[in-house]
Formats: sequence, C-alpha cells, structure tokens
Amino acid sequence: MSIAIQANNLVKKYGEVIALDGLSLEVEQGTVFGLLGPNGAGKTTAVRVLTTLLSPDSGTAIVDGVDVLKDPVHAREIMGLSGQNASVDENLTGIENLIMLGRLFRLPKKEAIIRANDLLERFNLNDAAKRIVKTYSGGMRRRLDLAASLIAKPNILFLDEPTTGLDPRSRLMMWEVIQNLVNEGTTVLLTTQYLEEADQLAKKIAVIDKGKVIAQGSADELKTQVGGERIEVVVSLSQSQAAAQALQSMSSGKVVVEGDHVQVPVSGGGVKVVEAVRALDIAKIEIKEIQLRRPTLDDVFLSLTGHHAEEIKVEEDIAPKKGRR
Amino acid sequence: MNPRSITEQYASKHGKIYWLLHDSSVIAWRNLLRFKRNPEVLFFDVVQPIIFILLFAYVFGGAIDVGDSSYRSFLIPGIFVQTIAFAGASAAIGLNADMNSGIIDRFKSLPMNTTGVLLGQNLADLVRSVITLFIMSLTGFAIGWRISGGFTNAVIGYLLLLAFGFSMAWIGSTIGLSVSSPQVASTAGFAWLFPLTFLSNAFVPTETLPTWLRFFAEWNPITSIVAAARYLFGYPMEVAPDAPFSLQHPIITTIIWLVVITAIFMPLAAKKFRKATSR
Repeated sequence: MSIAIQANNLVKKYGEVIALDGLSLEVEQGTVFGLLGPNGAGKTTAVRVLTTLLSPDSGTAIVDGVDVLKDPVHAREIMGLSGQNASVDENLTGIENLIMLGRLFRLPKKEAIIRANDLLERFNLNDAAKRIVKTYSGGMRRRLDLAASLIAKPNILFLDEPTTGLDPRSRLMMWEVIQNLVNEGTTVLLTTQYLEEADQLAKKIAVIDKGKVIAQGSADELKTQVGGERIEVVVSLSQSQAAAQALQSMSSGKVVVEGDHVQVPVSGGGVKVVEAVRALDIAKIEIKEIQLRRPTLDDVFLSLTGHHAEEIKVEEDIAPKKGRR
Repeated sequence: MNPRSITEQYASKHGKIYWLLHDSSVIAWRNLLRFKRNPEVLFFDVVQPIIFILLFAYVFGGAIDVGDSSYRSFLIPGIFVQTIAFAGASAAIGLNADMNSGIIDRFKSLPMNTTGVLLGQNLADLVRSVITLFIMSLTGFAIGWRISGGFTNAVIGYLLLLAFGFSMAWIGSTIGLSVSSPQVASTAGFAWLFPLTFLSNAFVPTETLPTWLRFFAEWNPITSIVAAARYLFGYPMEVAPDAPFSLQHPIITTIIWLVVITAIFMPLAAKKFRKATSR
C-alpha cells in the first residue's frame, strides 16, 4: 500500500496561539482517514495547510507525490477540497457554478458542461440545476460543493466537516456518497467532530487535540486502547459486592462496583454475557439490567484528553479568522 | 504514469499568459451573470447615468457659466468621467463580497491563476462601463449634445474613458481587499471619489478655484481625462498660455496617469489578494 497523503511535523502559530503543534499523519491510498477532534483542535488548519490555502511555519506535506509547499499549483491540480462553508457562488445556478469551476479546473468548455451535468445527476441535483444556489437547502449546497470538488476527478479528496449542520437524512446521503467515492479508489481525508462519523467511514482515525495527534489507529484499536469491552450489570445495592465476586473469575481486569452498578472488563464479546448471566444465576443474584458495552469514541477522547469531546466545543476555531489579510 | 486528475492532463497544454486570460474571461462571465441578477446594478448602470445627465444639464445648466462653449457640451464629458470613475467602486464592493463568502477558498484551492479573479472582475466592470457610456451618450444626444470632433477622435475618446475606468478599478480593487466588510467597502469605495471628481474641471472650470486647490485640480487625473474627452469629442477648452503641462497636453497626461495608476495598483491588489484568506 502506498501513502497518498503525508504530513510531517506541521507547525502553525498565530502569535501566542499554536494551531498546529507538530502534526504528522500518513494516509494510505484508497482509504478514508478521519481527523477527529473538537472545534479549535486544529483540524481545519491542518486541512488548509494540506490544500495549499495556508503556509505552515515549518514542516512538510506531500500529496500524491507532489510537495504541497514547494509546488502548490501542481498540488491544486490533483486534489479536491470541500470546505466547512459551502464554497460555491450563491448568485449563480448549480449548473453555472459547476461549469465555471470546471473551466477553472482547465476543462475545455464542452467537457466542463458534460461533467457538470454528470455530477448534478449523480448528486441528485438535476431538478435544481437551473435554480440559483441561494434557494438551495443546506444539504443541497453541501452536495453541490462536494460535486465541485470532484470536477477534475481527483485521486485525493479533502473534506472539512462534510456533514456539520446537516439533518440526519442528508448526513446519511453524504456518507453514502463518500463511501462510493472510496469504493472507486479515491483517497479521502475528512475532518469531523462527530465520533460516529469517523467510526462509520474511516479506516484509520487520528484524534487531534491542541494541534497534535494524540492517538491514531482504527476505530477498534482506539477503543481497545481504553480497555476494550465491558459488561455492565445492575443489581440490587445489597447484592452488588456478591455480584462482583461472582464475576471476578471471568473478568479480564479489575471489576469495579459503583453503587448498584458492576462493571466487568471482558474480552470475547457476546459469549461473555451468557457466562455472566450463568454465574449470577448460580450465585442466586437477581439481574436488573445487563449489557455489553463497547467504548465509544467519546470514551476514547475522554481517556486521552481528560475531557469530553463536546465539552470544549465553545472554543473558537481561531485559525481562519486570524488568517485574514 | 496515469494522470492524477483531468486537470493534470490539460494544464500543461498552454502557457501562463493563456491561462490568466482564460481564467479572467471565466470570472468575467461569472460576474456578468451576477450583475444580470442584481437589480441594484441595473439601477447603477442604466438609471443613474440618465438621472445624472438630466440633473446636471437642467439644474446646473443655466447657473454655471463656462465661457463660450455651452455648459452641456462642457458638462457631458465631465459626467462621463465621473460615472466611469464611480464604477471603480464596483470592484471594491464586488471583491470584498467575494472575500467575505466561501467562494474565495474555492478559487484559491483551484489550479487557476488567482489574479484572474481580479482581472475578471475588472473586465466585467468594463463591460458595464460600455453599457453605461452608451446610455449616457444617448441621453446626452437626446438633450442636444453632439460629437463634433470627428469619428476617429470620438473612438479614441471612448477608449480613453474605458481605459480610465479600468485603471480606477485597480484602486477600487485594492480598497475592497483592504477593508473588512462589504459595508465599509461600499463607503470607502466611493469616499475618495467625491473630492477627486469635484476638485477637478469636471463640473466647474478650474480657474474659479483658490490657488492651492487649483494646483491640485490642474494635476488631478480626473481633470486630464475630462479635458482629453472634451477635446476628443470636439469641445476643446480654452487653455491659457501659462497653463501647466497637464492642461496643455491632456491626452498625454491622461495616458501617463493611467499607466502609473495601473502599474502601482494592479500588483498591489494582486498581492493583497494572494495574501488574503476568507472569514
């Protein structure tokens, strides 16, 4: 497997604020790579650097063999970008936008028109093709923006929070589109603050916080990192200690009792639930509730950073604002 | 090796200048589409020139004495120049609006020549200026203004006016890229034009001004282009033998001004644009 996107030790400072603090990552060709982190973690800054919109203070970035910092024009030829704010012209129609961008992507006029129509069809926008973008819904704009980034059929695609602000239906639609692109061989780097999204789409995830990658791996690997699965049993308060004893032998770690909740780290999945039920039955302990819990990416975030992913959402994404002028 | 995108296949087929002109024409097309859908623009381009011509001709027409040529003949080239100069504000507003929308990120992420965004905006404004000049000329014609300097001179006169608009647009572009919001861009885009157009010979002869203002007015590029236009449309102004070079040779002075202004502000605007990012 070859590496399609490689960032090495990227640093970007805005005065005192460090937006990127030595960020490094590698993305395998033909896979989805998820950059996961709360607002202000540096996700957008990272994408802006990788897509030539921003120069880092130091570090290197190679995309599909092209040095992004040394040869930005060539880099722009071979990658697509769909940003957080749909970057299309609100005063043009959908088809006008795509034709304009196609021509700016160096396509001859005829080819630009054909390509625009293809993409509108593919993204279910043909009915709205001749409507001014101002009248589009959020989901339609996002799809048009994604279509715009695909005009030149790039091998590499950067998606900055592709589903932020979308309703659940539009989100599912977007996921499907992204999945299809990857099936066709496109390499995708996407940023998201939705744990579920990274889990769903990405083969590999990098969790970033304060401009640095703090953990990397597949969703499963990251979850294992915080202790794998556990069985949670709820029993009556008086029986919780007895339950803990009964379950200790099947546990892969230390059983924790919190009031009437008993947490049993296990490895082996569903079979272990059956075992636990048997053990408790033998010990004549009544089960109020029992479930197998796999850690969510939020658990991962919590254990890595000491705070929940959502807690620091209020922090502003400092990077783009300061970049102006 | 297989191309990594369609763009990679085509990009190398032409040189830099070709692509700059290509990109500029695409952006110009896009801006003209935008104008077409904007009723304010229609007002600025069509209604305002008519109002200006009629207003100045009938309100000031009787009150201002400019010597032997009639005030209307004196006035119309002045209004042409003022209106064309004001079109420079359009660049300020248009570019600033782009800067404040997501589209700028899109343009910057494309393999296009980003100077094409500026050039395209200004080419589209040039098309608007052609329309504006045409309408003003018709209105002028309706109230008795005639071109009497010959066909060739008239063509040169119109071309000079358009070139003037083009160079003003680069000042407007620089302003639009320097201020933060579209509201400021619209104010700042116009603000400098008022003293510049009124401290000139556009509406009153410069002889009536106090000495220090007179010096400014005589060397004001607006004065040169107005004097040049009057000459080319066949109503040359009387020039005193001790008048400065700018009044003796208005066409040459105008051309020098246009070259100097464009040479300063075009690269300045391009540089500002490259440095700027959205939001």
